Amino acid sequence: MKVLLRIERFDPSSDQKPYFQEYRLEAEPMDRVLDLLINVKRFQDGSIAFRKSCAHGVCGSDAMRINGIERLACKTLVQDVVKKTGDRITLQPLRGLPVERDLMVRQERFFEKYRLVKPYLINEEAVREKERIQSPEQRHRIDDATKCILCEACYSACPVLQEKNPGFLGPAAIVQASRFLDDSRDRGFEIRLQTLDTPDGVWPCENHFKCTQVCPRGIKVTKLINLTKQKIKKFRKERSETVNDGS
Amino acid sequence: MNHTYEAVIVGAGGAGLYAALEASKTARTAVISKLYPMRSHTGAAQGGIGAALGNVEEDRPEWHAFDTIKGGDYLVDQTAAETLAEQAVQAVYDLENRGLPFNRTPDGKIDQRRFGGHTRNFGEAPVRRSCYAADRTGHMILQTLYQQCIKNEVAFFDEFHLLDILLEGNRCAGIVALELSSGELHTFHAKAVLLATGGFGRMFRVTSNAYANTGDGPAVAARRGIPLQDMEFFQFHPTGIKGMGILITEGVRGEGGILRNSAGKRFMEEYTPTLLDLAPRDMVARAMVTEIREGRGILGTRSVDDYLHLDATHLGKALIETKLPDIAEFCRTYLGIDPAEKPIPVQPTAHYAMGGIPTDIHGRVIADTRGNVYAGLYAAGECACVSVHGANRLGTNSLVDLVVFGRIAGTHMSEYIKGSDTVQVPKDADAGTAARIEALFPAKGKTVTHGELHGGKIREEMEELMMEKVGIYRKENEMREAVGALRGLRERFAMVRVQDRRKAYNTDLLEILELGNLLDLAYVTAFCALNRTESRGAHSREDYPDRDDEHWLKHTLAWLEGDKITIDYRSVDITRWKPKPRTY
Repeated sequence: MKVLLRIERFDPSSDQKPYFQEYRLEAEPMDRVLDLLINVKRFQDGSIAFRKSCAHGVCGSDAMRINGIERLACKTLVQDVVKKTGDRITLQPLRGLPVERDLMVRQERFFEKYRLVKPYLINEEAVREKERIQSPEQRHRIDDATKCILCEACYSACPVLQEKNPGFLGPAAIVQASRFLDDSRDRGFEIRLQTLDTPDGVWPCENHFKCTQVCPRGIKVTKLINLTKQKIKKFRKERSETVNDGS
Repeated sequence: MNHTYEAVIVGAGGAGLYAALEASKTARTAVISKLYPMRSHTGAAQGGIGAALGNVEEDRPEWHAFDTIKGGDYLVDQTAAETLAEQAVQAVYDLENRGLPFNRTPDGKIDQRRFGGHTRNFGEAPVRRSCYAADRTGHMILQTLYQQCIKNEVAFFDEFHLLDILLEGNRCAGIVALELSSGELHTFHAKAVLLATGGFGRMFRVTSNAYANTGDGPAVAARRGIPLQDMEFFQFHPTGIKGMGILITEGVRGEGGILRNSAGKRFMEEYTPTLLDLAPRDMVARAMVTEIREGRGILGTRSVDDYLHLDATHLGKALIETKLPDIAEFCRTYLGIDPAEKPIPVQPTAHYAMGGIPTDIHGRVIADTRGNVYAGLYAAGECACVSVHGANRLGTNSLVDLVVFGRIAGTHMSEYIKGSDTVQVPKDADAGTAARIEALFPAKGKTVTHGELHGGKIREEMEELMMEKVGIYRKENEMREAVGALRGLRERFAMVRVQDRRKAYNTDLLEILELGNLLDLAYVTAFCALNRTESRGAHSREDYPDRDDEHWLKHTLAWLEGDKITIDYRSVDITRWKPKPRTY
């Protein structure tokens, strides 16, 4: 079928504001949207800028807004976004991160927030056995959070980050924190509170569920944020302290 | 721009990150990567990392070493294979201690499952050796190692593309890289450099490899006069998703999945009666091509687009969702099927380069047939050839290779740096590279339109050639054609110019540079394949169907100079296990 690829173009060094450019091409219903982008780049216009790598939804390079919704271009099939021949597919960069060129956004801020939660196992105890023992049930508890590929789809879709508080830690960083908080081998809960239990930490989340809806890995992001909030509340309550949500 | 570090590591996959963790303990270390953190292709590895922990049944490192050597059709260097198998055990415990979330046994130990070619007691029966984290083991390794690099404050240069290695005689003095965000060249002076740039499966049309797998390290090395070893050995993984090449882990068969032909028959019974579907990949891939050629593919057309079925329907939904969840999702996304209900349509997909930059057991790059090394230049992981995979790699051994030899190289670099001085290089060390980049931009006022002069067409032709003429089965006349055609493509490539004239974020330029690397490596691969007149491991010649130890039990070394390739050989390190016929 014929499709129209409508791409938001922007080069901050020369363009006043973003504009759309359209490309027509043949596509199969089972083609990935990434296949179309590559086809256009290789055979129509080499100047289109976007990121890509694994092409099957595990590396997180090609998150973008496809017809307004955050998705991975390599995990979105033409038939998912097009009904009939001649239909348009609109591609735009993620929100909340500065555009570098076209569909590429600057990711420093996102990774800074990721690093803030100390996303590594904190445990200075000597290992007595060869491996630290962990039951299948304990291991299962962190399974969902370990799937995160840091693609930034949730960050872009979060209404709090985009409309109210750009300083909010954001869903991905909290998922990464929860991956360690819920790990039976980790001892870093109180250290991470310095980031999580702050007015820009976990508390700005308002349960819009946009992160959960767009997550290409199917992680229950909002649920993990709420479980993290509960964990912090319980900890403070046991010590007769109040949470530091800025109120 | 100039930078000075003691150690520079090119590539941020498993090998590069592990080396960085070791080197950075004592040396000022920078990691250069053309991707953002945690986008590297190590993250796509699925099924597991092999180590003889013996957590669920008896196992021994020497069995693992033997399986690796036999799996590699005896082209494996045996001291290296023993190192791999012995150090795998501690490497897995180290990863676990650093937080890697392995699946667990009921008593809380690391769980293990079966994988192709891994056996108990020198080939008796399959053994449970693969330590796994669902079907995303590589993702977890990449995450864990990067997390540790954050903890240890390793310096990262993200989206820097390797363009050149600086050599003064046989000493390495640093590298030149292109910064994507500015388009500027950066020279990194270093006492020691590690190349860990990964594979180059993108030279084939159907591949499991990421777009980033363009062999930048080996290609740059080859153009600097460094030999490449055993390039004729390229692994096709039996189970790629039909048409797309997306990997379906061998773990599906490890958990009990079965390959079936159009009659529903478990055809591996005819080829490898002991290990059945868990025979090494080269054998399974050949069996699949044979089934298709003899009309027993699902379509029965005997053509290249025919396929077979990977049947996991008897494993049950619960097992698939807990042990193979990503596979289930790939099937839903790209095929619209549930593997618990319907068989998965699969065909072999270009997967792994056994060959690459030759190194000794410490990761030092080898310069000649006598085994002399470059001082301060290292390689590890898929871009290197140490050689633990020989003519055919076993499943799970790529992850073992990364962590074991990444760590060894990092440690050795750090020792080497302590006793060495900075090598002085000329001020204009990047002049040649700058001129090469400049030449890719068309003269002012001249427009480049998409057509013959753009890389897209050349890339397509290269992928087709390699797939059809230098694929699973090979013969003289086809490979001769491929070598000639690749020479032609390289000539046409010299005319290619960028269409995008801007400097910042010029991904057009990047793709052209990557295509140049792939063309050079495809040319060497085809040439070496034509040169080796025997069948061994993944290199299957229809005109020379037998292994020929008398003439060919040796590593190929290939030097590329312009369009001339010079071939020579190194002996294989054979210690405990003399070559035997390879049956399973």
